[in-house]
Amino acid sequence: MSKVRVLVGTRKGAFVIESDGKRKNWQVQGPHFAGWEIYHMKGSSADPDRIYTSQSSGWFGQIIQRSDDGGRTWHQPGMPAGQPPPAPGTPPEPGSNKFAYDVSAETGKPLTTHQWYDGTQRPWEFKRVWHLEPSLTDPDTVYAGVEDAAIFRSTDGGQNWNELAGLRGHGTGPQWQPGAGGMCLHTIIVDPKNPARIYVAISSAGAFRTDDGGATWKPINRGLHSDYIPDPTAEVGHCVHRIAIHPSRPGVLFMQKHWDVMRSDDSGDSWREVSGNLPTDFGFVIDVHAHEPETIYVVPITSDSERFVHDGKLRVYRSRSGGDQWEALSTGLPQKDCYVNVLRDAMAVDSLDECGIYFGTTGGQVYASADAGETWSAIVRDLPAVLSVEVQTLK
Amino acid sequence: MSDACTIRIVLPQHLRTLARVTGDVTLDVAGPITTRSVLDALEARYPMLRGTIRDHVTRQRRPFLRFFACEKDLTHQSPDDLLPGAIACGKEPFLIIGAIAGG
Repeated sequence: MSKVRVLVGTRKGAFVIESDGKRKNWQVQGPHFAGWEIYHMKGSSADPDRIYTSQSSGWFGQIIQRSDDGGRTWHQPGMPAGQPPPAPGTPPEPGSNKFAYDVSAETGKPLTTHQWYDGTQRPWEFKRVWHLEPSLTDPDTVYAGVEDAAIFRSTDGGQNWNELAGLRGHGTGPQWQPGAGGMCLHTIIVDPKNPARIYVAISSAGAFRTDDGGATWKPINRGLHSDYIPDPTAEVGHCVHRIAIHPSRPGVLFMQKHWDVMRSDDSGDSWREVSGNLPTDFGFVIDVHAHEPETIYVVPITSDSERFVHDGKLRVYRSRSGGDQWEALSTGLPQKDCYVNVLRDAMAVDSLDECGIYFGTTGGQVYASADAGETWSAIVRDLPAVLSVEVQTLK
Repeated sequence: MSDACTIRIVLPQHLRTLARVTGDVTLDVAGPITTRSVLDALEARYPMLRGTIRDHVTRQRRPFLRFFACEKDLTHQSPDDLLPGAIACGKEPFLIIGAIAGG
């Protein structure tokens, strides 16, 4: 029988929540890595027992954790405990938490600079991993989106990381600058039909695409309009919050921008707004139904000044037309005195016959719908603020 | 007979968890006993701690960590300064402390 595993990253630890295919009774395991910020957890579709987790802390920096048994046990890749000390003169081993920007003459770019808040240029400085995206075919290959914005790849299960330096160095980097949340690369989408094509999105910089496996990149922001930058239609500088695709149509992209819900039908070469009748088009999450490529979901947030749901009501909005026409879904969700946010990586879908939709809130609830959004219930509540939600459908 | 000194290190809870140890850590450290040589030995014995006390690339101490010993704050002394003799002979521990901050 099918099972569903929900991976929840929070401000104070990770939780693994499982149910059978009926999705009525849920078992919560955790907290794993108690007290640490878990920006993201994601399982490999090539090996569902392989799960990668980004664990970080303002005190101790970045850690990568890996499970090879579906989240029951964890380890830092390549780092068993209690090793004997190496012989004198032994070069230090690379670490699974070592994210060093590539400045080598052969493969890297000079350590370029980006704009800082005071208008000066500042060198890239690694802070944390926001998003981990496992390869669709190889459990040992995984991409990491980091702050300061860059993309890294590991091909040995997370033991060693190498930057795909063509993104940071392709030319527009000096124009990027951090938003209030930092200059983070938070979205990585590998085209399921063409693994050499990868989309990424960076807060306050925009969306970018490679067609050659990460060697070269270009901005894909034509059609975006952002009144908060000096040139509202500039090539870069747009605060993209999240991009989603349906695997059957990887050239169709849906974007939740700082303001505006957008759509591209040409792999990001151009975009048009599909906010339609949404009560507000500010928000963070966006996702696509597992079986209906034109059915998409967002959670409108009041504004960039009031980052909680609109009108004190928690409502998911669904469009069955790929945007423009939206309907509110609220059955089972609080409709009074609710002031939570839903952050950019905190929505996911399962692929059971009747598609399940999941999202987590900054109030610590994880809500699920087993009927594509018609009705909702909390599968857990009172967790720390939820940073990310991913779902694995296990056959 | 080895000329290495046995150093006692007190780690904050989160680093003990990462290193999978309980209580103090004891390490044999050869040569001059400095903050750098103690941390080098600690990271060699427990590689999962690399990057958590000092940045991987810059090797700078993480800003919210402090080094205390013998009732003194040694955080800002040079990493190559000799540590007090009581640490070198294992009488007093070398404490790695997380700053009190955050929510």
